[in-house]
Amino acid sequence: MTDLLYARAQMGLSLAFHIVFAAAGVALPVLMVLSDWKARRTGDADYVKLSQKLAKGTAILFAVGAVSGTVLSFELGLLWPEFMGQYGEVIGLPFSLEGVAFFTEAIFLGIYLYGRERVSPGLHLVSGVMVAVSGAASAFFVTLVNTFMNHPSGFTLSATGPVDVQPLVAMFSPGWQYQTAHVLLSCYQASAFAMAGIHAFVLLRHPGAAFHKKALSVALPLACVTALLQPVVGDLSAKHVAKAQPVKLAAMEGQFETERGAPLRLGGLPNVETGEVPYALDIPKGLSILAFADPDAEVKGLNAFPRDEWPPVGKVHVAFQVMVGTGSAMALLALASLVWRWRKKAWPHGRRWLWAWLLSGPLGVVAMEAGWLVTEWGRQPWILRGVMRTADAVTPVPHLAAPFWTFTAVYLFLGVTVVLLLVRQVAGTLPGRAGDALEGAAHVH
Amino acid sequence: MSTDVILGFAVAGTFVLYALFGGADFGGGVWDLLASGPRKAEQRALIARAIGPVWEVNHIWLIVGMVLLFAGFPRAFAVLSVALHVPLTLLLLGIVFRGAAFTFRAYDTRGDAVQRRWGLVFSGASVFAPLLLGMCVGAVVGGTVRVEGRVVTSGFFASWLTPFAWAVGALALCLFAFLAAVYLTHEAPSTALREDFRRRALGSGVAVFLSALAVLLLARDGAPRVWEGLLRSPFALALHVGTAVAAVASFGLLWTRRFRWARVAAALQAGLIVLGWAASQHPYLVVPDVTLQSAAASPGAQRLLLVALGVGTAIVVPSLVLLFRVFRPVLSSSAVGVGSRT
Repeated sequence: MTDLLYARAQMGLSLAFHIVFAAAGVALPVLMVLSDWKARRTGDADYVKLSQKLAKGTAILFAVGAVSGTVLSFELGLLWPEFMGQYGEVIGLPFSLEGVAFFTEAIFLGIYLYGRERVSPGLHLVSGVMVAVSGAASAFFVTLVNTFMNHPSGFTLSATGPVDVQPLVAMFSPGWQYQTAHVLLSCYQASAFAMAGIHAFVLLRHPGAAFHKKALSVALPLACVTALLQPVVGDLSAKHVAKAQPVKLAAMEGQFETERGAPLRLGGLPNVETGEVPYALDIPKGLSILAFADPDAEVKGLNAFPRDEWPPVGKVHVAFQVMVGTGSAMALLALASLVWRWRKKAWPHGRRWLWAWLLSGPLGVVAMEAGWLVTEWGRQPWILRGVMRTADAVTPVPHLAAPFWTFTAVYLFLGVTVVLLLVRQVAGTLPGRAGDALEGAAHVH
Repeated sequence: MSTDVILGFAVAGTFVLYALFGGADFGGGVWDLLASGPRKAEQRALIARAIGPVWEVNHIWLIVGMVLLFAGFPRAFAVLSVALHVPLTLLLLGIVFRGAAFTFRAYDTRGDAVQRRWGLVFSGASVFAPLLLGMCVGAVVGGTVRVEGRVVTSGFFASWLTPFAWAVGALALCLFAFLAAVYLTHEAPSTALREDFRRRALGSGVAVFLSALAVLLLARDGAPRVWEGLLRSPFALALHVGTAVAAVASFGLLWTRRFRWARVAAALQAGLIVLGWAASQHPYLVVPDVTLQSAAASPGAQRLLLVALGVGTAIVVPSLVLLFRVFRPVLSSSAVGVGSRT
């Protein structure tokens, strides 16, 4: 592997790791506040316990998200100094606003987590709401940076770098509304599906556990609503990509030749040598309809672009198929559950339903990671599309294998530890388990 | 005043705040490592209680500083990221292990052995990180990072492994430990515990003095520009006199057990040391090849950044005041009430 590849791998690994914790930091506060609010309204002790459990989960996940986010803010320079050195001023504005939002989130999370007995119930709930709002704001601002990388604007390119810099224009580069909506929804969706999966798992083993039924009833509405909205937003986003970044769309769909009435290819493994996509299921004119709302619209193929500007076609296509596939499965389950909820006036609790929710538990995270890979791989070979190649941005520091393997080991260790801690948090709520004794021990420190 | 000078002040101000809050947070970890005597467990519990609600917030100052640097002075950020790649990566590892281990210790309740193991990771990283941070500062002021055009020519190790950089690292470590000890005298719930930290504050105060002396002596050869700045610029000289007064005051106040005021004096002392560093290297961002002006973003971008900074201050400062008011030490209440977590 070259140093460039190690740098990309390290950045990718750090982001893939951070994304999960960041998404939890955005969404768990919402679920935590919802159960807190339900507890206040009903006086039900189970909801109190749920909001406390969610707060503990948030504390663990946010802490790891905070440190892995610090790593990322440094890695921008450590790995891509030329990019930051030239374009830091262009894109510094959303970064600094993200900093403000993150700061606010951390402050109110501190009050929410540790101040339950120190502040009034009203201020406590307001703190929770502030955490949820600022968490969403920080995801919003940081996604604006990615939109800029996909569609750079707000400056004029000169031989020495950007001139005539307009940070406000750069901050709202074309397509920002679709990408931010898509990302925010994915945070809520991934977290709600994961939470639903966990509680479905417990309910399958302990069907009578009232606490977990209530927990499921907090997660399911958010999971269903986001899973149904996401395909709509995703479609808008894809339509924008089709217009603004045709080469990325061509890679996503495995479209090699420019053609009118292009088919939609489901699955398959694109072969860049032959320009074909074997094993794919073709839906005639499907792509033209989806991308341009016209069955005879022309879709640009990869061959319309110089070969050295192609993204890695196979990876982009497969990641896109995974995202769309998992997204569709989640949307179907959400639709079926909502129909049941509407007809029976209760969320489904049968074993088959629980199995379905258990199996879809990881899909939100899978879809989120796959979608992120689509946009990042799909932008290659550029770090700033059409302006700066990734290879020209990388640090001159040698032996990048060393930090890559170090951070790989660290993140693996942290990931395993967090999972173990969360498992123990859930285990404390199992019927017949002395959850309170465990909690008592936590008070010592 | 031009935007790059105002932003330069803002960056320096952020580092002052990082030293006062994040630094004390690191210092807490140092005293966790050095906890000893009959009240070992109480000392650690007090530190955990003091840090618990605020550690994440305390470390965001570093991120704010980074963002201001790359948005306001992108060239300097790029240069430092290349020249200090190795120590910054090590610093990051320290920050990751420290934060993660502190949280895991709080929520991993499988017994004392596990808790001790996480505690050791947390406190070990608390010593390691300030040392590296100080060494990076030493490289920045020492004039050992050299740049030609946009290329760093001074290598990846030599600039931050000088005796001067080591001394600055030691000063940072002692200063943070001193700050933490002084703060903890004020937060301690019992007289015995307060005396424990008073002794530690006095001891680490002496260590601050000695390491500052070492930095000064090594600066003559290791950082000639700082040495000159210290002696020539009247502004810097005033800062250093102020630092000396604050240092004597915090010692006197600790000696006479006026802990509330000792805390103010110690914070003033630490803040003035950081400002003194900034003033003595002005107008350089990276001595001697990168100045505020040569690394500055375009004036338009800097103006917008200042607006964002204003908005941020208007939101963050009142929230911070609320946070610190909520968790202000309650001297009369029992330890259980203060430390309970939900």
